[in-house]
Amino acid sequence: MRKIKIFFFGLLFASMLQAQETFPVNGVADKRDGSYAFINATIVTDAQTTISKATLVIKDGKIVAIGTSGVNIPKDAVVIDCKNKFIYPSFVDIYSDYGISQPQRAAGGFNFSAPVQINTNAKGAYGWNQAVHPEVDAVKQFSIDASKAKGLRELGFGSVLTHVKDGIARGTGTFVTLGETKENLVILKDKASAHYSFNKGTSTQSYPSSAMGSIALLRQTYLDANWYKTKPAKEGLNLSLQSWNDNQTLPQIFEAEDKWNEIRADRIGDEFSVQYIIKGGGNEYQRIKEIAATKATFIVGVNYPQAMDVEDPNDARAVSLSDMKHWELAPTNLAALDKANIPFCITSADLKDSKSFLANLRKAIEFGLSETKALEALTKTPASLLGLYDKVGSLETGKLANFIISSGPIFAEKTNILQNWVAGEKFAVKEDQWSDIKGNYTLSIKTENGPIKYTLDVKNASTANVIGKDTLTGKFSYDGKQVKLSFSTTATKKPNEITAGTTPAPQGTPGGFRRGAPSANYRLSGMSNGLSWSGTGEDTVGNKITWTATFDSAFNAPTDSVKKKPSFNQRLAKVTYPFDGYGWEEAPKQETILIKNATIWTNEKEGVLENADLLLKDGKIAKVGKNLSETGARTIDGTGKHVTAGIIDEHSHIAASSINEGGQSVTSEVRIGDNMNPEDINIYRQLSGGVTSSHILHGSANTIGGQTQLMKLRWGADDEGLKFKGSDPFIKFALGENVKRTTATQGNNRFPDTRMGVAEVLNDAFARAKDYEKAMKLDPKTRRDLELDALVEILNKKRFITCHSYVQSEITAAMRVGDKYGFTFNTFTHILEGYKVADKMKAHGSNASTFSDWYYYKVEVTDAIAYNAAIMHQVGLNVCINSDDAEMARRLNQEAGKIVRYGGVSEIEALKMVTLNPAVALHVADKVGSIKAGKDADIVIWSNNPLSIYAKSEKTIVDGIVYWDREKDLEQRKKIQAERYRLTQKMIGEKKSGGPVRPAEPSWQEILSCGDHGHKDGIYTVDVQEVENLKQ
Amino acid sequence: MKKLLYTLTALLAISNYAHSQEVVYPAKDQKGFMYITNGTIHVGNGTVMENATIKINNGKIVEVGTNITVPTDGVQVFNAKGKQIYPGLILSSSDVGLKEISNGVRASNDYAEIGDYNSDVRSITAYNTDSRVINVLKSNGILLASVNPEGGVITGTSSVVQLDAWNWEDAAYKMDAGIHLNMPSFVVRFGRRGGFGAPGAAPSDPTKIALDKVEEIKNFFREAKAYNQENTHSNTNLKLAATKGLFEKKQKLFIHADQVKQMLVAIDFVKEFGFEVVIVGGSESFQIADLLKSANIAVILSEEHALPATEDDDIDQPYKTPAALQKAGVLFSLNDNSDNTRYRNVSYNAGTAATYGLTKEEALSAITLNAAKILGVDDKTGSLEVGKDANIIITAGDILDMKSSTVEHAFIQGRKVSLENKQTQLYERYKYKYGIK
Repeated sequence: MRKIKIFFFGLLFASMLQAQETFPVNGVADKRDGSYAFINATIVTDAQTTISKATLVIKDGKIVAIGTSGVNIPKDAVVIDCKNKFIYPSFVDIYSDYGISQPQRAAGGFNFSAPVQINTNAKGAYGWNQAVHPEVDAVKQFSIDASKAKGLRELGFGSVLTHVKDGIARGTGTFVTLGETKENLVILKDKASAHYSFNKGTSTQSYPSSAMGSIALLRQTYLDANWYKTKPAKEGLNLSLQSWNDNQTLPQIFEAEDKWNEIRADRIGDEFSVQYIIKGGGNEYQRIKEIAATKATFIVGVNYPQAMDVEDPNDARAVSLSDMKHWELAPTNLAALDKANIPFCITSADLKDSKSFLANLRKAIEFGLSETKALEALTKTPASLLGLYDKVGSLETGKLANFIISSGPIFAEKTNILQNWVAGEKFAVKEDQWSDIKGNYTLSIKTENGPIKYTLDVKNASTANVIGKDTLTGKFSYDGKQVKLSFSTTATKKPNEITAGTTPAPQGTPGGFRRGAPSANYRLSGMSNGLSWSGTGEDTVGNKITWTATFDSAFNAPTDSVKKKPSFNQRLAKVTYPFDGYGWEEAPKQETILIKNATIWTNEKEGVLENADLLLKDGKIAKVGKNLSETGARTIDGTGKHVTAGIIDEHSHIAASSINEGGQSVTSEVRIGDNMNPEDINIYRQLSGGVTSSHILHGSANTIGGQTQLMKLRWGADDEGLKFKGSDPFIKFALGENVKRTTATQGNNRFPDTRMGVAEVLNDAFARAKDYEKAMKLDPKTRRDLELDALVEILNKKRFITCHSYVQSEITAAMRVGDKYGFTFNTFTHILEGYKVADKMKAHGSNASTFSDWYYYKVEVTDAIAYNAAIMHQVGLNVCINSDDAEMARRLNQEAGKIVRYGGVSEIEALKMVTLNPAVALHVADKVGSIKAGKDADIVIWSNNPLSIYAKSEKTIVDGIVYWDREKDLEQRKKIQAERYRLTQKMIGEKKSGGPVRPAEPSWQEILSCGDHGHKDGIYTVDVQEVENLKQ
Repeated sequence: MKKLLYTLTALLAISNYAHSQEVVYPAKDQKGFMYITNGTIHVGNGTVMENATIKINNGKIVEVGTNITVPTDGVQVFNAKGKQIYPGLILSSSDVGLKEISNGVRASNDYAEIGDYNSDVRSITAYNTDSRVINVLKSNGILLASVNPEGGVITGTSSVVQLDAWNWEDAAYKMDAGIHLNMPSFVVRFGRRGGFGAPGAAPSDPTKIALDKVEEIKNFFREAKAYNQENTHSNTNLKLAATKGLFEKKQKLFIHADQVKQMLVAIDFVKEFGFEVVIVGGSESFQIADLLKSANIAVILSEEHALPATEDDDIDQPYKTPAALQKAGVLFSLNDNSDNTRYRNVSYNAGTAATYGLTKEEALSAITLNAAKILGVDDKTGSLEVGKDANIIITAGDILDMKSSTVEHAFIQGRKVSLENKQTQLYERYKYKYGIK
């Protein structure tokens, strides 16, 4: 019974201040006004305003007065003297999941070997996709979590926006204080925000399984929701779309977590006139210009990667320079945002160890973040974003009494938060630090033989020395009220040491004395009454005693113990573009270049010109000929060199964040261009092989894959800057084994399972597209469907197909579908049985893009022959040789060389297969693919005949910019080595100085592939599919 | 006997007969004398002889030089004027004849057995001489291959086969030449890119886990050593017995390893057991080339055409790794393990090595004589030297460079083997369809 009583007492205590009218009281009413006056404080009312010797008056959970003179202290107010204390508005975290139970993670995603889940598992009148659940309201799930609230209050937070961190459309967030009264009272705004992400979370539905799928799903949902406003009868009630529309008036918060994803999210917002507040991942500084251009307000954390243990050079080797640089530069992120005038809020949500919050924030300030901005980012900015600045975010009359009392300026290193008041209710944080107890006390122990006096030298709340004849060993603790002291009367050998043992006390040991001190101890326990303490205890033989201690003299801090701030002229890594070892500190510029006396393979009727000159100017080929001159041009001696048009790879999967959206058989709505990854090191590596343009294709997971992206290899450009401007849009289709999921070891349950079905997927898609086009014309209110939009573009010859295909039956079947619906399969790619139906392909008007000599890696390529390209060429097809492999793309010139061998195609025609012919197939032959005045200056200077294995690209030029220069690359390697050395030493230093380190984590290189064939993964390479599986 | 002088064009014409793959016959034994004349001979050991002749008798090379008298009748003569003559190329480590179609056709795969210690498993017993890969390889000049199992820790024994045979007993060139071991990895995959995102839980110490496994493997060999010192056993242990050749140095231990730490541990197997050790893989071997040399460990570089192992590595690192090994004096060979091209491009791997630091003849040795040495068959093949089998290819031009590398003739043990294969047959078929000459 006693326990129960205590429990009730606690409950009553907690809810005393704000009792709810409708709830019954078990006992006598105990309504209090909660009237307090805090006097003599330094009050920082907002980031701009600080008032000294000020008074704050609160009542009923609100601020009723604030200021210096003229603030009337009500007679019924409890007065708290805050001399030497600072009062700040408590912090606001708008990226929390406080009080929300963590959604359970289930296996999901598209997997090449597992069955798919086409439809949602959610029961009810909701939308079609399990990851889109805007109907989820955090407010309905929220319940107070006292321990988490305590943790957040200790960091200085007083209110948070919390939401269910799960799915792509996550529903609404609710804004709550960190009080512990009742849910009814702590919720300040029930629906305060709407939340989104690219991460499907616990959804088990297969779609979307890629970044670009998530983007497409969001775009389609915006369209669907807009259409739903017309109350379409056929849709019935759709609670998801209804909620989506209802949520639009709220602040829209998007969790993006990486600089490129943040930019991608913002683009979706732009398309639908939504300005997201973007939750960032902490690497914004790496692309600050693009981040600023989003014009979004960001929510960022102060979690920095831990140093890695790189003492073992073999472990260190696996850690990339970019990861090491990020370790060094992550604390500069907030300063970079500040400097770029990007508005932001700070969250503690990402911290594994929330206790590091203030320390990390201080580190950000050390690295250049202004204190004003830091405070604003924790108070006014988040409050204003949610339209709740009238309630929280500053200290003003009428606002909630949400404030913290600290021992000093909040961002100063030794400052402690003493109390955190939430809606007028006090929560102790480090109350033991409230009064400065440092100093000398006279300890008087009353024994039968009279008082024994000692000097008690209190260093802090957990360290004190007892000095009699000697300095004595023992333990001391002070928690703001209760004092405990035990000590032995036996002296130690080193009386002046605070840690009195012979070995230093291990970290975390309370008290300055060593644990396990000799057995005969005085044990004292008492209470503090300001500067005098008194209590009881036992002496060394067990006699009861009483004791007192009174303050004598203040503690004099020895001047040399003040910790010096580290000097900040330390060298930091440079932000390069891209943020890779091989990135540029300064991007190369377009130049006027004159190449003299070279062998020029024009790919035009002039053929190969010996001893010829080539002038590149303004990013274009200006002149080809003999004896050219140009003042001011950089002249390159081309003697003995060969010059060709840049290589164009018709089939590549580099430079994208995702490649396959396999969740459905038709996903024409997804776009590779939505998820370009400009940091793929393979861009640079392929430049070294003379590649200047690459056609980035969707994978072959499904029949109608995604929209492709033609790019130029502009190393250092951002995602938009990579795109080949003004080119016709394409889309990837696929036939055969992959789309019928032959390798699905757990069985395929997705239509189609045969080539018969594949043809029907095509027929069905275009039948639907035709109907859709008609319906759109008749009724503009028809639901816009991004999937069908892309197919209608194909029907109208505004979008073109490149189709993964192998065997003759499927090739022919596809062409017949095209004939039926009046479109052409622009390109058949892979097409290893193209030689069997080359005549039909020619009649249909297709281009062919194939491998030189791949064969027999699966059943549908048992008839693959190395003579395929030669036969198709001889039948009259436009033939390209592609890579589909990040390594081989570096040697496409050699792959063309194989066509000379297999089938005797001339060298000139073979070279065209990797230059002009892909340009033709991709409809950009007016811009690239040959050396002709007026075309883009996309040029390679080779050391040897370009079809020879001995040829190396010495320079690769795109738009007249030298992006690859073999000599400069050698210099770059030295820079990488030097910078790696510096950072490795710094990390080792971190370890040696006792800083936290984690095991060296290899920087995995993610290799994306179409899922078509095996790729040999290097030691530190992972297949993205493998990563997806790992994540589950 | 009448003089049989084949001109090269006439020989090419022969291949125009439309055969199906099933009637591409293994060649009959070479009998009597045969001459290959007037060619540029690349011996395989670095020597090049212009306008030289090889004399062959009953499948063996009996003379190589520039002043060999060729009889005017009764012998076979191949005039290789303007052609290049090389030793037959060797795949140092492969699954030829064990893995037919890897993807989606489990039934056609015999390369990975169940279990961790499969030292008794013999690749030769499953080697399929009729694999469709084999005839393609020959047309690219590859005449011999080492065939090894891949499953488990100790995967089994490899055998060297010649690629023109009726059955595996005919094909066997050196049986059970090596035992293969997959060295435990010291790199454990977890999480995503470091720095941001949510890395998964890191194993506390991957090195220790790997070393524990290594110790287990060593224990296996310690017990094997003891077991093989006694001839009679109450409990027969096939796994232990199968390793006897390693201790007697009749077999080599092929350790599949790419990481520095894996290779450093491999040195232990030399020191403790006295094994002859070959590293297969060797991605990071360039970092410890001198250590490998001093431990007398040879290296089979698995794939020249690979991406650099790390983002910061020199972008041409795999291309120039052979030059680093050459410089340190390590015995190494170049292999081709590409599943997409089914190992047909080993000569171009060597070509790339030649572009990035090897001489052309050093690159050639890496796919001929060095491979023969590593596989323990250099007494019989690997170079065009007297006493060795006449395993020879004749090409139109430089074998290392794609565009000139057409193989025109190939001889295994003097037997002139057909270069026809399904690909050439389908080529003919569709040339016929389209009327292409």
